[in-house]
Amino acid sequence: MNKHDVPQDNGSLAKKNVHELCYALDEQGRYVTVASSGWEAKTLALNESLELIEERIAATKQAVAAGQLSPIAYYMELHRMDLPLLASYVGIHRWFVKRHFQPKRFRSLKTRTLRKYATAFGITIEQLKSPIS
Amino acid sequence: MNIAFEHRQSAHCENGVISNLLNHQGVTLSEPMVFGIGSGLFFVYLPFLKVNFAPGFSFRPMPGHIFRKLAKRLGIKVKHQRFSSPEKAAAVLDAKLREGVPVGLQVGVYHLTYFPDEYRFHFNAHNLVVYGKETNEYLISDPVMDYTTRLSEQELERVRFAKGALPPKGHLYYLERLPERFDLEKAIKKGIRQTCNDMLAPVPIVGVRAMRWVASKIRKWPTTIGVKKTNHYLGQLVRMQEEIGTGGGGFRFIYAAFLQEAGTLLGNQALVARSAELTAIGDAWRDFALDISRIYKNRDATDDRYEKLADSLASLADREQRFFSQLKKDIGR
Repeated sequence: MNKHDVPQDNGSLAKKNVHELCYALDEQGRYVTVASSGWEAKTLALNESLELIEERIAATKQAVAAGQLSPIAYYMELHRMDLPLLASYVGIHRWFVKRHFQPKRFRSLKTRTLRKYATAFGITIEQLKSPIS
Repeated sequence: MNIAFEHRQSAHCENGVISNLLNHQGVTLSEPMVFGIGSGLFFVYLPFLKVNFAPGFSFRPMPGHIFRKLAKRLGIKVKHQRFSSPEKAAAVLDAKLREGVPVGLQVGVYHLTYFPDEYRFHFNAHNLVVYGKETNEYLISDPVMDYTTRLSEQELERVRFAKGALPPKGHLYYLERLPERFDLEKAIKKGIRQTCNDMLAPVPIVGVRAMRWVASKIRKWPTTIGVKKTNHYLGQLVRMQEEIGTGGGGFRFIYAAFLQEAGTLLGNQALVARSAELTAIGDAWRDFALDISRIYKNRDATDDRYEKLADSLASLADREQRFFSQLKKDIGR
């Protein structure tokens, strides 16, 4: 890649005024570093991945509203977590975490358990229990 | 506490932290040199490990590998510490900063407040340097950032004790002792030899053989798992290849820069010539990523495009197999 071919396609990094370094050749064929503001090809790949996450969040939200899942499942998706990851954040075995996805079991959880989930998601217990906006 | 620490941006976090920590001790070693001596170039396919709902691809070895290899080959002594208690982890960090020692940390990316939202995934092998503390805020030199940043005590504790795969557990490290002189030539040769052996390894999940395996998978995926999942898997491959840290072309350009620098340093013209060859291979990797991204632009194109992608990847594997066999001969015994 030549210095002048380093893409400057203003990806999501550019919003925070962050550039990434690319290695490219200058006119004399020597390697130099060039700051890039993004490349369309990888922005497309990243967006594809983000779309998938959005789809999962939307589907879980619907299931919570329909009373099939507890809010814990929604916040897990919102924080881009999976079951084993959430289990390690709250320190509860994943089998039990999965049971807490059931609205009936969620409603009978102790405050102590709810606090663990709320802390992991960075919200209050009230927010965790209240309907998702 | 504020240590006079020079923040220099790098492509990849691990190389950058090492290079900056060494620079602080008065040892100038560029990012490509660190990467090359630490044998950073790699390819691995882990079909059973699901990352972000896709199989694991990686263009680099296990986190920490580059640093360990580099330290061993140059005779640098590095002190590593992990903790079970966040309080103790913070106390040791503060004590080191008070001594005026910049400290490297392994952290999780998800809770890093200065990263754009799009990049916040649960990935636990990011590296940064803490070089001071001012009124409950740590001064952070994150090598992939243009500028230095700050994190509060709570924020730093969160990223140091992130959970999931490869949990950092407060992992901190600093340079303890440097040797009086380095044998760069020997270290460079060792680094190159290991990279050649890795890329040509006789196992299916590593190096050129792994690329061929992925290529044959790309041919099958559209029928076995469907187009949607295939596109997601390919997206993951592009992100591992091009996303923050690789310097472009799945680290091929950084490695080419290393071969150029090493060849000039050792007066070995063969290495300089190999550098140009690897640049061409890196360009082909860029084209491969571009071809994948076209799938997202034009979703209802013909079906032989997956065959074509597989062909490109297989031909990259052939080119790299030739390349690393020849490089191995060039470097000799």
